[in-house]
Amino acid sequence: MTSFLALLFRDIRLAVRAGGGAALALAFFAAVVTLVPLGVGADLRLLSRIAGGVLWVAAVLAALLSLDRLFQADYEDGSLDLIVLSPLQLEATAVAKIGAHWLATGLPLTALSALLAVLFDLSQAGTGALVLSLLIGTPAVSAIGAIGAALTLSIRRGGLILPLIVLPLLAPAVIFGSGAVLAAQDGLASGALYLLTAFSLLCVLLSPFAVAASVRLNLAT
Amino acid sequence: MSIFELANPKRFMQVSAVFLPWIAAAAAVTLAAGLVLGFAVPPDYQQGTTVRIMFLHVPAAWTAMMAYGLMAVASAIGLINRHPLADVAAKAAAPLGAVFTALGLVTGSLWGKPMWGAWWVWDGRLTSFLLLLFLYLGYIALGGAIEDENRSARACAILAIVGAVNLPIIEFSVDWWTTLHQGESILRKGGPLIAPVFLWPLFLMALGYTLLFFALWLVRIRTEIVNRRARTLTMARAT
Repeated sequence: MTSFLALLFRDIRLAVRAGGGAALALAFFAAVVTLVPLGVGADLRLLSRIAGGVLWVAAVLAALLSLDRLFQADYEDGSLDLIVLSPLQLEATAVAKIGAHWLATGLPLTALSALLAVLFDLSQAGTGALVLSLLIGTPAVSAIGAIGAALTLSIRRGGLILPLIVLPLLAPAVIFGSGAVLAAQDGLASGALYLLTAFSLLCVLLSPFAVAASVRLNLAT
Repeated sequence: MSIFELANPKRFMQVSAVFLPWIAAAAAVTLAAGLVLGFAVPPDYQQGTTVRIMFLHVPAAWTAMMAYGLMAVASAIGLINRHPLADVAAKAAAPLGAVFTALGLVTGSLWGKPMWGAWWVWDGRLTSFLLLLFLYLGYIALGGAIEDENRSARACAILAIVGAVNLPIIEFSVDWWTTLHQGESILRKGGPLIAPVFLWPLFLMALGYTLLFFALWLVRIRTEIVNRRARTLTMARAT
């Protein structure tokens, strides 16, 4: 447990300090969301309609931005070898890495989304559903993204392949997440949040095994 | 003889050399017969003559899904039993699956224009098929980016299995999202909804596409084995 927490806090510290990318992901999120009204026009009725989808897609892209370094940086400076040699199970290491990424990226993105929702004139019910759905869904983004990051850790241009691998797998999260926002705006009952919760739990449960297997194969000689 | 005896590349080359011409010939014959029968069907009372696109479109979609299933099974065997031949088989299936997926999307688009009035609609099955194409492309890109043969095969195998677990969920979520595409009309309770005169050419074409896939798959596996042998021989001479 001590080594688990040590790894978790180390990764969070690395992410939030200079050059870690957590703050950059937030800035990227805000910048992408700002570009959308410039592209589609300033009609607030239209913007409030697409707010859930836009914020969800932007949040997924922003989370992906910092994912490619999740294992690669440790792989390049050799600390990944030491982490693998430590008594901590590799699956638990994967959980710590995913947790740190979520705490440093997913959670701040969720908080920022409530502020950005104001720019889109999202209703109160819609904003509540958005924040809740991001809170539930971003762990799945970190979990699936970690599989992609672990698979591409030894590839020099891994950051280009990662989105192609990860984005199709994240389609359910985007569908259920933005669907929950739309349903809340229209005042309709919807199972989207439950389905999103199920998807997220499944991803968080299964992905550490895939991540650990991917790290192992990349370190095997 | 168990199937694993075929995992010996030498034995595989011998056996596949015998079967390949027969499978290829059978594919040619069934595809030809299916095309002739397909052109001979009467025009549909609603869709007119465009219904014939079905004979090219539906089998392509079936074959694309079958290819992903075979790729995932081969990946699992390669990952668990460490059979290099299974690795080769999984990797050889991916580009074929991608092409059949693209074929399904293109023929569907050509069929959609006269029927739905648009080249593309954001309907459940079209969308999940587009995502399937991206899964194939991601798999091919990952396999190409890792130089080490063994490492590349195992990374691809993990991705294929993760994709296979996720595919039903993607399918479900996209269906939940919206649906316009026609529902299941062949394998359903109470028998097919399609008239027998259309069903026969469809099954022939499906058989033809499947045989074609297997023939091409065997050719690709054999090519890869020969390539690896050539590489090993070159390396041996160089040292």
